[in-house]
Amino acid sequence: MATRTARRTVGLFVLSTLLLLLSGIFYWQAIGADISNPHANFWRVVREGFPGFTKVSTAGHKVLIVNSGENWREIRNGILVRFSQLIIIAALVVMSLFYKFVGPDKLEKPRSGVLIERYTLGERVLHWYTAVLFVIMAITGLSLLLGRILLIPIFGHWVDSAYLQASKVLHNYCGPLLLIGILLEFVIWVRYNIPRKIDLAWFKTMGGMLGKGPRPHTGKVNAGEKGWFWLILIFGIAVGVTGIVLDFPIWGQTRSTMQLSHVIHATVAVLFVTVSFGHIYMGTVGIEGVFEGMCTGFVDAVWAQQHYDLWYEEKMHEKGERTEASS
Amino acid sequence: MARMKFLCDVERCIDCNACVTSCNNEHDVPWGINRRHVVTMDDGVSGEKSISVACMHCTDAPCAAVCPVDCFYFTPDGIVLHDKDLCIGCGYCFYACPFGAPQFPEENSFAARGKMDKCTFCAGGPLPDNSVEEYKLYGRNRIAEGKLPLCAEMCATKALLGGDGDVVSDIYIQRVVKRGGRPDTWGWNTAYNFKSEKEKKP
Ligand code: SF4
Ligand code: SF4
Repeated sequence: MATRTARRTVGLFVLSTLLLLLSGIFYWQAIGADISNPHANFWRVVREGFPGFTKVSTAGHKVLIVNSGENWREIRNGILVRFSQLIIIAALVVMSLFYKFVGPDKLEKPRSGVLIERYTLGERVLHWYTAVLFVIMAITGLSLLLGRILLIPIFGHWVDSAYLQASKVLHNYCGPLLLIGILLEFVIWVRYNIPRKIDLAWFKTMGGMLGKGPRPHTGKVNAGEKGWFWLILIFGIAVGVTGIVLDFPIWGQTRSTMQLSHVIHATVAVLFVTVSFGHIYMGTVGIEGVFEGMCTGFVDAVWAQQHYDLWYEEKMHEKGERTEASS
Repeated sequence: MARMKFLCDVERCIDCNACVTSCNNEHDVPWGINRRHVVTMDDGVSGEKSISVACMHCTDAPCAAVCPVDCFYFTPDGIVLHDKDLCIGCGYCFYACPFGAPQFPEENSFAARGKMDKCTFCAGGPLPDNSVEEYKLYGRNRIAEGKLPLCAEMCATKALLGGDGDVVSDIYIQRVVKRGGRPDTWGWNTAYNFKSEKEKKP
């Protein structure tokens, strides 16, 4: 009897253990290993931005809630809008102070009348092609960023909208053309812009603009121009590539990619515009004779000697050789 | 004034996409644009859940905050609408919106963005109510007719609710109280409205 009861107890025990295991397996299969609340899990997954499935898969609709949009909004409406105005105003103020206290860099001797070719026609055309596009891009781009706070209060919604509609179209079409211009400039001018040792001396006095003492020796391109050249390349590619990502929404780029591209695009572009003020200043009122050089292609020998002595000597040397050869 | 709200009950939505279709039909939405879409998480796995989403008519709407031409406006009952005659199709609202509600018809050249289109809560746009021009640009203005959004009105499982936020949340609270916050088995509550023994014989 005793053994029978014992056997039955053991049997029941084994059976119940098996049943328990079995129901555990069913439970596992039914709701998965996860024993947390499925309601909460749904929203947890959604908030973490995991993509789901949708039959309407237009432009990133797989992700139910994209959190990064709110960050993008904060960055664009906050830092970008504020900082771009500040930095541009600061650059203009510095420029006018520089003009007032340092003043334009005039020719030291009267012009000789001897002209030396500095830029070929091709170089000039490319320069002005890029320059005009750059100015269009800068104005339209800044308008898109700041139009709402600067233009609407003055001109109202309708004017702002019509102007920005045109700006958007111009900005979208001119962008790729500007990128092409910048890359071509790189190709034709890179050989003059390799950094050399003598460039260090240039930076000490900023090419003789600051402080006293003799002007540093300079070849065809001075160190400041070389710096601008490389900045154009780096900034140009950064702005250009991110711009193309934004320009053509046809490659399936996600919203997060576009948000990131926009932030890089706008930040670098604002810096680009700020630095370009320096170049525009030097090329117009800052240094006498630069502007006509880029317009006509020719510079006066005195100017060349003053600003680019080594290049001047080289040119004179070439000329001497040529006259010798022809005589 | 009522504060208009959408709410989609994930325990009820069966991913039938009728809301999407009815919306496209009601407003004669251009091809390629869907003002509403249904997202299914864990598709095909036990525990999958679907939810229908369109513009949620945010109180502090990110789209309105970033629009460079400031073309959004809010109706007194909290519906977020925009003026397509002002919109320049820059896409910023689409970057900022958490739900991907703003949509853009492709223009012919380089797939440039046209004027933004999004769910209007069936409230049309700034043009005269139920005028032909309004219908062409924004779709039907059911709110002006005293009706609620079509997607929610016709939802077969009544998963999608749209209307006065207070009423919508009352309905939802009743549902939650009834079925409990934590279903044990997926599909059971949804499909069979299973009641426990205790609930049958109180
Ligand atoms: S479009 Fe997006 S951000 Fe704007 S109100 Fe609708 S859901 Fe909110
Ligand atoms: S696409 Fe239109 S509505 Fe959207 S942010 Fe740009 S201008 Fe505003």
